[in-house]
Amino acid sequence: MTDDEFKAARKRRNVALALALTAFVVLVFVITIVKLGAA
Amino acid sequence: MPNPAALDEPTTAARPARPALWSDYVQLLKPRVMSLVVFTALTGLVCAPQDIHPFLAAVAVLCIAVGAGAAGALNMAVEGDTDALMKRTRGRPVAAGRVARGDALAYGVLLSLLAVMLMGLALNWLAAGLLAFTIVFYAWFYTVILKRSTPQNIVIGGAAGALPPVIGWAAASGSAPLDAWLLFLIIFLWTPPHFWALSLYTTDDYAKAGIPMMPVVRGAASTRKQILAYSLVLAPVAAAPLFTGLGGAAYGAVSIVGGLAFVGLAWRLYRSRAGEAPGEREEGLYDVKAGAKAARNLFAFSILYLFALFAALLAEHGLKGSIV
Repeated sequence: MTDDEFKAARKRRNVALALALTAFVVLVFVITIVKLGAA
Repeated sequence: MPNPAALDEPTTAARPARPALWSDYVQLLKPRVMSLVVFTALTGLVCAPQDIHPFLAAVAVLCIAVGAGAAGALNMAVEGDTDALMKRTRGRPVAAGRVARGDALAYGVLLSLLAVMLMGLALNWLAAGLLAFTIVFYAWFYTVILKRSTPQNIVIGGAAGALPPVIGWAAASGSAPLDAWLLFLIIFLWTPPHFWALSLYTTDDYAKAGIPMMPVVRGAASTRKQILAYSLVLAPVAAAPLFTGLGGAAYGAVSIVGGLAFVGLAWRLYRSRAGEAPGEREEGLYDVKAGAKAARNLFAFSILYLFALFAALLAEHGLKGSIV
């Protein structure tokens, strides 16, 4: 595997991680809204 | 201080053949095991009499799925060396060298913490505590201690796989009553015949890896006898929800017909020569094939049986609509 391919694969992993973190933040936000609504 | 530019460069010395892909990290979560966990947890959640907001129900199932996946990642991190010795497991990311052991460990710990904390904050701390207990029980007590020390590893370790419906029930209701533990007991008693049937035709693999599975330590005949004994206990216990009011007519039909078929297949396996060394009888090769077939039949049916039991409960309670 070349350095470019290696970097591209690492970038894809980092993008996946960023998306996962964003999804987690959105999830916590929606949970908060739902819990506040229930209260 | 290290040069930031240098840190950005991939190091060729310790670089694997290819970097880990996101699919390797998905594989670390043992998706097939996760799907069964999600299904049984969802059944527990739907069977609980209390109403729960659909979004929070989805969050509870997500937490249980992520917790189960995290336990799987921790298991693969610990067992990389052993997995590499077995045909069934040598393609796993850590065993194959695609993901570093430390990365798998960190990934498992991080996901465990996230799943437990989210469960506690979004649902309740009983469910979060049960989830934390399940992860620790599987990843540490079963993987590190039990699995290599006793042929009863599957029996005791089966508790981890049996807890998801209780966690689901607790997430919905904040309690874990007798009916929830009845679901636990069904999976707990189902696990030994299910895994021992599998291990009867993968004995060589377990022996090579030094794992004291029942057929390796006690022999095939003793394993077949114990499979039959567990099946005879499992069938009536699986019918018990019919008498506590948890299961209705559909569940009753599935549990009784399925239970009889399960015991019938276990009896056939008991009468077979499954798991015995080739050449033990004159027509050895044929016997081994015939024996393996009996073990495979029970293994395959056991999956269908558990699925049908929980699907019946899910259908009966889902139609009543406990999620609003």
